[in-house]
Amino acid sequence: MKKTLTAALTGLATILGAQSALADKLNIGLLLPFSGVYAALGTEIEAGFRLGLEHFGDDLGVDLNIIREDTEVNPANGLARARKLVMQDRADVLVGIVSSGVLGAIRDFVHGAQVPLIVANAGNDEATGERCSPYITRLSFSSGQVNRPMGRWMAEQGITRVYTLGADYAAGRQMIGGFTETFTAAGGEIVGQGWTPFQQTQDFGPYLAQARASGAEAIYVFYAGGEAIAFVNQYDSFGMAETMPLYGSGFLTSQLYINAQGESANGVITALHYVPTADNPENVAFIEAFEASIGRLPSEYGVHGYDAARALTDAIRAGARDRASLANALRMTSFDGPRGATSIDPATNNIVQPIFVYETVTGETGAMTQNILATLPAEADPVNGCAMPAPATN
Amino acid sequence: MTPDLGFWTLQTLNALQLSMLLFLLSIGLTVIFGLMHFVNLAHGALYALGAYFAATIASTAGFWVALLVAPLGVAIVGMALYGGLISRMRKSGPMAQVLVTFGLIFVLLDLTRIIWGDLALAINTPAALSGRVEIFGTGYPAYRLFIIALGAAIFSALALILSRTQIGAMIRAGVDNDAMAACMGINVERLFFIVFCVGCALAGLAGAVAAPLLSVTPGMGLEILIPTLIVIVIGGLGSLKGAIAGSLIYGFVQTFGAVLLPGIASILIYALLAAVLLLKPVGLFPAKG
Repeated sequence: MKKTLTAALTGLATILGAQSALADKLNIGLLLPFSGVYAALGTEIEAGFRLGLEHFGDDLGVDLNIIREDTEVNPANGLARARKLVMQDRADVLVGIVSSGVLGAIRDFVHGAQVPLIVANAGNDEATGERCSPYITRLSFSSGQVNRPMGRWMAEQGITRVYTLGADYAAGRQMIGGFTETFTAAGGEIVGQGWTPFQQTQDFGPYLAQARASGAEAIYVFYAGGEAIAFVNQYDSFGMAETMPLYGSGFLTSQLYINAQGESANGVITALHYVPTADNPENVAFIEAFEASIGRLPSEYGVHGYDAARALTDAIRAGARDRASLANALRMTSFDGPRGATSIDPATNNIVQPIFVYETVTGETGAMTQNILATLPAEADPVNGCAMPAPATN
Repeated sequence: MTPDLGFWTLQTLNALQLSMLLFLLSIGLTVIFGLMHFVNLAHGALYALGAYFAATIASTAGFWVALLVAPLGVAIVGMALYGGLISRMRKSGPMAQVLVTFGLIFVLLDLTRIIWGDLALAINTPAALSGRVEIFGTGYPAYRLFIIALGAAIFSALALILSRTQIGAMIRAGVDNDAMAACMGINVERLFFIVFCVGCALAGLAGAVAAPLLSVTPGMGLEILIPTLIVIVIGGLGSLKGAIAGSLIYGFVQTFGAVLLPGIASILIYALLAAVLLLKPVGLFPAKG
């Protein structure tokens, strides 16, 4: 009885405390997968985000209260968690979202509830295209953005005939689609396309044999996670590197997986918005801090979290204290970060960032590393049917 | 451009390789079910455990030691499961058994996450098998041929044991009618225990063999469970013949479906499953008629 009473009183005090705190405390709802196939991504984004708050948020004079919720990779669950954060925990801003499916599911709720959401991974093109919202700002990437520059770049290298292979789901279609669009516009030819059932394919042998029979000069693929590791290892075991070099979107050889891929990844050329070897002082500082706290090199996912924290603290520093002013301020984000010059395009709320073309090579210590071949200039995504009022400037 | 003989040979080998991997998994599950009438859904989790054991051992002692030790390790885990949980569940109905072993999947999955982390692991292919064998002008990875050979060897060994040895005769008697077998003086409980451990070891072996080919992730046990169950349902419960037939059907439908009918490849096998359930609900080669 006494215990129950104490618990009830503590609960009451918490509620009262939360309501009495006004402008000097902000609730941040962290919506990430901490279990399921994307758990490793969620963990790394959170690590980057907390590191970012540590670096940029200690002199804000605002108490930042982080509430974590596990979205898994389940859209229905993600929506339930988002509702809980907004309605019960009174989150002032939401940060996270790894799966594009989860982003699609919570988009209307976030837009309707007018809660700012900083997207720290999910790359589906519609979220900053026809289904864009003034409350949704993306600090990660869009699927097309990462792959479009690669189509032009490969055509410039004199490659004319390419076979594409990708995981058969929305992100895979958009990634390969972005590449195909610019590659064919630059005069290249797609000689064949394969789609592997998403999360059901562990053996890529049949698809690799088909790619080899197509007679293409090169193969361009999109895979991530466990599929990326299995694909690169199997591509190598079939000895295809001699006849059909492997290109792709850089999630294929993310820093997160190249240790598991090892020598198999040697010579693979991909494009991504961040590589740990990016040469700028912000990146050097970020890598040093990340290694000190986590004990390994960060990947693009860590940067998504880190930059999301940077954007949020910049907005708070500019005076934003509630949902509406935070959403508005986030749209005017612009800073030099680990990826280079990074800003938000207020026409779509998507990030504008340079794209690195890099070759995965064996480093001096024997560990795999990235050799940057080209840094392609930042370009804003096409508006793609997004219509929203410009952010208020005052 | 036109696929030639080499291409079709390659795809046939791919299909065989997938079949053999599934065979190693399904044979354990199907015989455990046939003999003990026990649905062990955690079989896939034991496969994942085998892959993790192999990854850990291979990083210090090399692949071949891992290939031997990982199945033993999984068999020991299997013994513990049998003693602690499964022998107590023998008398409860199938629904309780399914629920308990289903829960066990998630316990084992989270245990692997806690011990080995969320990041995927990988094992290098052993040096002796990292090359390629030239077949009709195209190279085929030697390691995949090794998987086919290993699967075939295990199949032959099991076929011999089941048809030619005393313990094989006892197992067949137990599958056929366990009450009668017990009356004839066969220690059925001990038989169950041995079969369960061998089944677990084979799941561990499948995991260790798959590790260099696929990536080692906590979710790999769940991913393989559905194909394994499909193999058993198509092949028929409790029989070696059913397990190998189901595995071959799954491997060939999956591989050639992906090549010839890429648009419907992912539903082809489910359509076949539905057809088998409609026309021959007991599967193609059930142990009992």
